[in-house]
Amino acid sequence: MNKGKVINKPLEARKASPLLVSVSAVILGMLAGCILILVIGKNPITGYSKLFMGALSNKRKIGATIGLSTQLIFAGLSFSFAYKTGLFNIGGSGQMLVGGITCSLLAHMLPAGIPRPIYLVIIILAAILAGGLWGFISGFLKAKFNVHEVVSCIMLNWIAYWICYDFIPRFIIDPSIAVKSAPIANERTLRSGIFTALFGKTTTANLGFLLAIAAVVLIWFILNKTTLGFNLKAVGANRYCAEYAGIKVTKSIIISMAISGALCGLAGLSFYCGYSNIMEMGKMPSEGFDGIAVSLLGNATPVGSLVAGLFFGVLKNGKLSLAAIGIPTELADTIIAIIIYFAATNVLFRNFWDGLFKKSFERQEEYFSLAVKGEKTMDQVTPEERKALIKQGKELAKAKKEVK
Amino acid sequence: MWELLIIIVPSAIAYTMPLLMGALGGLYSERSGVTNLCIEGLMLFGCFASAATIVKLQAIPGFSYNLAIVIGIVVAMLASTLLAALHAFASINLKADQTISGTAINMLSTALSLFLAQTITGSGNITVVRAVIRSDVPLLSKIPVIGPLFFSESYWTTWICIAVWISSYFLLYKTSFGLRLRACGEHPSAVASAGVNVHKMRYIGVLTSGFLSGLGGACILVTYAGEYNAGAGINGLGFLAIAALIFGQWKPLGILGSTAFFGLCMTIANIGRILPAFSGIPMAVLGAFPYVATLIALVFSSKKSAAPLASGQPF
Amino acid sequence: MSHVIEMIGIRKEFPGIVANDNITLQVEEGEIHAILGENGAGKSTLMSILFGLYHADRGVIKVRGKEVDIKSPNDAFDLGIGMVHQHFQLVHNFTVAENIILGKEGSFVYDIKTASRKIKEISEKYGLAIEPDMVIEDITVGMQQRVEILKMLYRDADILIFDEPTGVLTPQEIEELMQIMKNLIKEGKSIILITHKLDEIKQVADRCTVIRRGKYIGVVDVKTTSVDEMAAMMVGRPVSFKVEKKPPVLKDTVLEISHLSVKNAKGVLGVKDFSLSVRGGEIVGVAGVDGNGQSELIEAITGLRKIESGSVILCGNDITHMSIQQRNELGLGHIPEDRQKRGLVLSAPLTTNMVIKEFYKPRFGKGGILQTKEIEEYTEAIINKFDVRSGEGKDSLAGKLSGGNQQKAIIGREVTAEPELLIAVQPTRGLDVGAIEFIHKQLVEQRDKGKAVLLVSFELDEIFNLSDRIAVINAGRLIDIVDTKDTDVNSVGLMMAGIKKEEK
Repeated sequence: MNKGKVINKPLEARKASPLLVSVSAVILGMLAGCILILVIGKNPITGYSKLFMGALSNKRKIGATIGLSTQLIFAGLSFSFAYKTGLFNIGGSGQMLVGGITCSLLAHMLPAGIPRPIYLVIIILAAILAGGLWGFISGFLKAKFNVHEVVSCIMLNWIAYWICYDFIPRFIIDPSIAVKSAPIANERTLRSGIFTALFGKTTTANLGFLLAIAAVVLIWFILNKTTLGFNLKAVGANRYCAEYAGIKVTKSIIISMAISGALCGLAGLSFYCGYSNIMEMGKMPSEGFDGIAVSLLGNATPVGSLVAGLFFGVLKNGKLSLAAIGIPTELADTIIAIIIYFAATNVLFRNFWDGLFKKSFERQEEYFSLAVKGEKTMDQVTPEERKALIKQGKELAKAKKEVK
Repeated sequence: MWELLIIIVPSAIAYTMPLLMGALGGLYSERSGVTNLCIEGLMLFGCFASAATIVKLQAIPGFSYNLAIVIGIVVAMLASTLLAALHAFASINLKADQTISGTAINMLSTALSLFLAQTITGSGNITVVRAVIRSDVPLLSKIPVIGPLFFSESYWTTWICIAVWISSYFLLYKTSFGLRLRACGEHPSAVASAGVNVHKMRYIGVLTSGFLSGLGGACILVTYAGEYNAGAGINGLGFLAIAALIFGQWKPLGILGSTAFFGLCMTIANIGRILPAFSGIPMAVLGAFPYVATLIALVFSSKKSAAPLASGQPF
Repeated sequence: MSHVIEMIGIRKEFPGIVANDNITLQVEEGEIHAILGENGAGKSTLMSILFGLYHADRGVIKVRGKEVDIKSPNDAFDLGIGMVHQHFQLVHNFTVAENIILGKEGSFVYDIKTASRKIKEISEKYGLAIEPDMVIEDITVGMQQRVEILKMLYRDADILIFDEPTGVLTPQEIEELMQIMKNLIKEGKSIILITHKLDEIKQVADRCTVIRRGKYIGVVDVKTTSVDEMAAMMVGRPVSFKVEKKPPVLKDTVLEISHLSVKNAKGVLGVKDFSLSVRGGEIVGVAGVDGNGQSELIEAITGLRKIESGSVILCGNDITHMSIQQRNELGLGHIPEDRQKRGLVLSAPLTTNMVIKEFYKPRFGKGGILQTKEIEEYTEAIINKFDVRSGEGKDSLAGKLSGGNQQKAIIGREVTAEPELLIAVQPTRGLDVGAIEFIHKQLVEQRDKGKAVLLVSFELDEIFNLSDRIAVINAGRLIDIVDTKDTDVNSVGLMMAGIKKEEK
């Protein structure tokens, strides 16, 4: 770096960070939840304590929360990745379904005797390919035919839904309950001794969680350190400039949707062959949509998706305890929906906080100029001096007020 | 063939009307310059609100079933309009990403209607005692061929929807309101420089989309569905309406054609298995048919998009 | 004479910038009053305040001696003030009549026939030659401007603001416009003309108010003030708009376009059978009115648009069907027309922007992994060499830079890649004189280094100042190529309208 030339950044008021904005959205969403609980005549404090206790109060519950969070992290990561390329992957549910059905079929049909490590590699790859294919279709239609990805994703969700509706009874039905697939044997799921040792025998936490963390790291690396990430982000930030610079925009859109779909395919794997071990006919998983909330709350970053995924996992697992005190469990989903509305309208918070910061900055400036009698500006002194002078000015101002 | 038509056509008309209202709502919103991906949520909420209202009213002894239905429809329209106001506020005042806002409204609608439905009935499903009864239109139903196909066994809500469509056509192309609304979607600053309040026009556009989607949602309930189903919702019908809007190239006549096409697909999906003509086709294939047809339709109609130029851009 | 418009002590602040600072403007009845200032001096802001699009933070506006509060364009219309915008405020798929009545339809169910008749009458009265039933996208730019004028006359405006009206017109169309303005004055209207072009002011204006960096500098009588004096007032120092350059030293042919045909966005041929060659060491200027195929021509050369027929050869390589990346690697540099849409990723830091064309090369992206240190050093070097000023150096977001610095960054990126052919489209649009001088110097420097430069500009002054040869394009066809020293503005202007010398 050129050390000789230091460009002074002029002092200005603090700006609201994405974290602050996200936290504000969460707090407001929870407040809205309070109001809803009050509306139906219950006590919000008991409601929320029940919610959080239900998710975190013991090892078993923590395990269940992790089991639920895994899909949310994958789905959030998936949405974030597409979003960075300027795409809106709302097809997570369909991608999960095709990932899930592919792996469930394999779990039932692969010959016994395949060593578990090889088996695991096979189903992980299968989930990636199946979900990736579903994402690829949306990307391809967008790139080649300008079909809006939101609409095509929804259509593909329903096509996946009907595929599962057909495949479950055709290939893997549980004869005793005619609307579900037969359970997959434990050693054919992602469930593992590591987690049962930690969270109890029946825990839903599974190897998928470790996969999800690995995916977070990998996606972070791709987005920030590789030319592929550079390429995709450039397309997302300004596709016209990317095109001008020689980046193949259509190819980028397809790659991005395929990778995004693959991540949801993995969510399907961890959901249907880990968290659960059956598939039900006629059920669309909500995680594909929740992933959008996870991602937006996490500022569409991989690490943000991890944290937000865990948080929503807490809400979703804890909500099961709400029914006991007469609050509909959908409260949690309502809170999530409200949080994403607030995340979408984050301008509101940003303006609020920026205004607040600006006011406090202007007050500091005022105190400062009082202390130095307008002879210096805040840029011209070291931070320590500045602090002291502001304090001095504040006292001066106080003294002045008292005299009056 | 005639036997088949006489079953399918009236049914297809019933399936078309909610789609038509949703697509028409989308038309108002997008023509004013606000992308509206929450038609699904708005229709769902209308469906729920009408169900809740009608169930409550029909439970009152002596209360007219028909009056309950009318009130239910009105409440649905108002409830969806309220929800649409959230989208309008986010998109117009806060200049938020309209896709995200629309998605948030969809999720909010799903969760909130479920939450309320559970508080109301406990199970989450709301079934009305009696929906709209089909009836023949006097005189017109006696016309040969056309009569039995279009004017027999029809729901009165259908005629309301048709009236809404006709008046929308007139409103959009013959009045100053329509001129201004369409201009807002193409070149909002031209509208502003002509002294017209763009934000106001866009609010009207988005709120109207809520109003009509609410009507569409209520139509689902009071005609063929008869119940608000917590699990299935409205099966992506709102997104089909958006697809119909694209396929119909953002024009009233176009969307009439495209919603009729999708309505027919929905009919085949829903009553296909009871028709001998379709026996032997697996149910899943019939079920997936409308969605596959939509995708194919979009492939052919999306390349040359006639979307309003400024749709999705904050002003 | 009385003042029809008085704006006194107007101040308008936007986040981070004072656009108008204590500006005073007094317009007399029946005069053409020019407002002169550089790009970004605050002229448009001042007029937007008068037209009710913005509200002033401070100051008084008087119309015909009465203090008024103009809150919206409607208030302005009521006071008889109308504005012909620089960027036409016309809906492309509406008819002329629909555009004109928009906002003043008369009744809820409007009567387009009566309106069309009235439009026709006004059009004839002022010699505007407008057909009310035509759709906007099918008429020429000059006609669109006259529709804008009609829009104001339809609203009975008698104070007309023209915001940079000549930027998109041929010299002859400018003549016509000037005549229309004089007609309007004769009919008792008053005109405010916003411009940065001195010769236009000299030609039609009576008085001229000069503003600089948002401040009021003074008002002068046009007849008794020289062009140089006004220029010095506008810029704040004596300036010469002439670019110093040596005679060209021609090298081999770098770009060879032959019989090129390209479709435009509407699917019809926007460039037809176009042939042109550019040699190293010369600047060839493409003159023409906006929308005559320049964009399609450049997009075809740079690979952004598919070529229907014909060929493009760059340094001996046939690039007709090559990808954009291949073309760049063969030595093509491109300063795009829209610097914010195409030229930069505004939400990304300069580091990203400076390597966006080359990030995949081993130097910056070895084995698919970004070489952050190398990228940073490269960016720093461009920033220093091209004097790109920004708050946070290489980490500044491109969107935070001023227009001039954004353009310097783009030129820095393109020139540092050492292209054999540099294409510059409207490289100085919207920039202040300092930045314009810098960019002109860079283009001439490339030429003097023996590179080929292809310049597209709608400003004839710029074309004449920089080019060694001028190619004139009209309706997608090459009208002629002429040596700059053998021609003049008038004959180029005629060719821009499609009239070739021999045909006269």
